[in-house]
Amino acid sequence: MPAIKSLDELKRIREEALQKKQLKAAPGNIQVIVAMGTCGIAAGARDTMKSVLNYIETEKVSGVTVTQTGCIGLCEQEPIVQVVLGGQPKVVYGKVDAQVAQKIMKQHVQDGQPLKENIIQV
Amino acid sequence: MKEIALHLLDIAENSVAAQSKNISIHVHEDLPQDRLSACVIDDGRGMDAATVQQVLDPFYTTRSTRKVGLGIPLLKLAAEMAEGSFSLQSELGNGAWVEAEFRHSHIDRMPLGDLASTFLTLLISHPQIDWTFLYRVTDENRQSCDFLFESAELKSQLGDISLTEPEVLTFLRNMFEEGIEAVAPQTVAE
Repeated sequence: MPAIKSLDELKRIREEALQKKQLKAAPGNIQVIVAMGTCGIAAGARDTMKSVLNYIETEKVSGVTVTQTGCIGLCEQEPIVQVVLGGQPKVVYGKVDAQVAQKIMKQHVQDGQPLKENIIQV
Repeated sequence: MKEIALHLLDIAENSVAAQSKNISIHVHEDLPQDRLSACVIDDGRGMDAATVQQVLDPFYTTRSTRKVGLGIPLLKLAAEMAEGSFSLQSELGNGAWVEAEFRHSHIDRMPLGDLASTFLTLLISHPQIDWTFLYRVTDENRQSCDFLFESAELKSQLGDISLTEPEVLTFLRNMFEEGIEAVAPQTVAE
């Protein structure tokens, strides 16, 4: 069974990614964290995650770490997404559907402008 | 939860929380037997017998942020609604084995759903874990077809390149989507 489609393809991708890394002056630490507790998943967190990954793919955004966290106790606000840009304090967004996720990726992660209307106070 | 794939994502998150190093997800659509089984197997910290009983209770949870733990009870209910069964085996220090089984053709059996997205989400979110994903379909002629993914091999190829680099993401998404599609039964009424 083809576990990995083609190892050669993967090696090529790796080399391309390495080159891109060298071009980047200061990658900084950009983290997008999707809450994936039972509450988050039931509220659509997987679609939110998919939307974030889709943005990275289509806009070819390099250097973003996408990860997840469990339930943070604000189940009614799920799906919740947290964004950390470098040393800045973490910004927490509530009710992030696929569309809001695209906006967060564009305005906040790429352009550095948090989306005020979707921020929740923790 | 609307999909078995979403339940698997949820149950696998329990395995991650239990500090597992290796997590396997096996899904088997057995058409001649009219069964669909899904299991999550981990090597995490496990549970003692009393806790195994407790996790079936929605008012039990190990977390402190809220007072209910619905993941396992929801999956158990979903399986039992579709003439299926649920089992959870674990020992303290010895990992856990969660299996849900459904009657494939049962009208209340929820769709398998988007397995590719579940696998991709787990892999991206927890790159430190060695994942094994196996999706097997046995057709009416008792021929089995597998999609198998093991993340250890991928990691050794990628080295220190992040899974969230755009090219890598495209590669992974296509691999899961095409691999699963190639195995899935032709008559998908989902």
